[in-house]
Amino acid sequence: MRNRVALYRILAVAIPLVLIELACRLGWISRLTLPPPSQMVVGLYGILASGRMNAAILETLKNVLLAFTGSVVVGVVLGAAIHRNAVARRLLEPLFSTWYAVPVYAFYPLLIVMFGLGDRPEILIGFMLAVVAVITATLSGLDSVPQVLIKTARVFRLGPVRTAWQVALPYAAPHLFTGVKLAVAYSFIGVIGAEFIMSQSGLGYEIRYAYDNLDNSVMYPLIVLVLVVAVAVNMTLDAWDRMLRERRGAGR
Amino acid sequence: MKLLQPPGAAAVLLTVILLAAWQAVFMIAGPLAIASPASTFAYLVQQLSGPDFWVHVWATGQAFLIALLIAIAGGLAIGLVTGLSATASQTAEPLLMAANSIPKIALYPVVLLLFGIGLPAKVAFGAIHGIIPVAIFAMNACRAIPPVLLKTSAVLRLTPAERIRSVLLPSALPDIVTGIRLGFALTLIGTILGEMFGSKSGLGYLLMTAIGLQNTQMIMSVTVLLIAFAATVSTALLAWERRLRQRRGG
Repeated sequence: MRNRVALYRILAVAIPLVLIELACRLGWISRLTLPPPSQMVVGLYGILASGRMNAAILETLKNVLLAFTGSVVVGVVLGAAIHRNAVARRLLEPLFSTWYAVPVYAFYPLLIVMFGLGDRPEILIGFMLAVVAVITATLSGLDSVPQVLIKTARVFRLGPVRTAWQVALPYAAPHLFTGVKLAVAYSFIGVIGAEFIMSQSGLGYEIRYAYDNLDNSVMYPLIVLVLVVAVAVNMTLDAWDRMLRERRGAGR
Repeated sequence: MKLLQPPGAAAVLLTVILLAAWQAVFMIAGPLAIASPASTFAYLVQQLSGPDFWVHVWATGQAFLIALLIAIAGGLAIGLVTGLSATASQTAEPLLMAANSIPKIALYPVVLLLFGIGLPAKVAFGAIHGIIPVAIFAMNACRAIPPVLLKTSAVLRLTPAERIRSVLLPSALPDIVTGIRLGFALTLIGTILGEMFGSKSGLGYLLMTAIGLQNTQMIMSVTVLLIAFAATVSTALLAWERRLRQRRGG
């Protein structure tokens, strides 16, 4: 069963890729629109081997990492604080539920004036997108903690911080992990999106620069790189998540 | 807490707090960085009373509605078909999750090359943002249906249409509405992003030109308008979702 599912998954990815490759090679899709996928991979290898994009790649990854780390730390702390305060929660929940329709990029000029050109506005955009996912995941995770555990912690006279750290957050870990995965995705989206709009460096800027110059030999390999990195990070976290869940299930 | 008891009181208080925070940021950062609430609302009223602004509102509205219809119809089709088969849902789940984590903004040059600048590109960009959450929630909603209900409907020899109408939809609807709520927000932001990069009309285009010209009143006007619209619709969807869950629980 498992092997068959794995085979189907590979087919579900491979068949469209082969069809696109064929359509490009046979000239059904113009190379100006979409070069064959194999050519994108070869181009990506050339770009990575030449090392000319390394600075941009490293800068984007560094900013994504900063946005992600900040959002997880701040999000868990804020989530735990909001969970303890019913008034704050009632006030803020409507904000969280509409947050992802807010065009966060609209605040980019404001952030540039406040924090200067450079990396900080981009990191903040990624952070603003990611932190709300972590907060909502922390809230729903803490909601799932059984009262008996909280009461036990009280019997052992644990303070609120130790209760959160030693009892509630470990119990809520699976929910938190969902938030962490979303935070990775949103950090990428925020940072690369900000680089697209107004920036002189980073992967988003390089893709836009290549697009403006109709340079498909750079643009498509870089897009492939962004997709591959985002998906690889997501799948790694997913595998880790599954491992943790299985271990937890076995422990009971 | 008593203060927040009447319905809507929380929303009103939140709005007041956000406006105060906005005013505070304005006082710290200054008029070059951000327009004040008062000047933004004056500007917005002035814009809304002329015809030019409405052309852009209409352009965005049209693209957004088409994109939302595609995202909901496509997402439900993917989710319902994969959700009813264990093999299909196991195959599709990691693929959908991976697709969800892609920074879709990196795909905008591809969308523009495929569709050209204009309405189809905006619609496509909105729809690719919204379709995956709708699909994921619909799929998981179907998987969560108790098997006994599906078996009963098989025993009763319901036709597929009857099965969807009388078993599937009632039990999966609350989760499907959650997916539609997320899909709604993401389709809106996707459409706006599509307009920012690949269009000469719509609120996203206004936003992008305003960013270029440092027109802070326009930036904040468009942002306020979008937030107000998104907040109204997603609050309504949230209320619908709660009602559905209560009905199922009771």
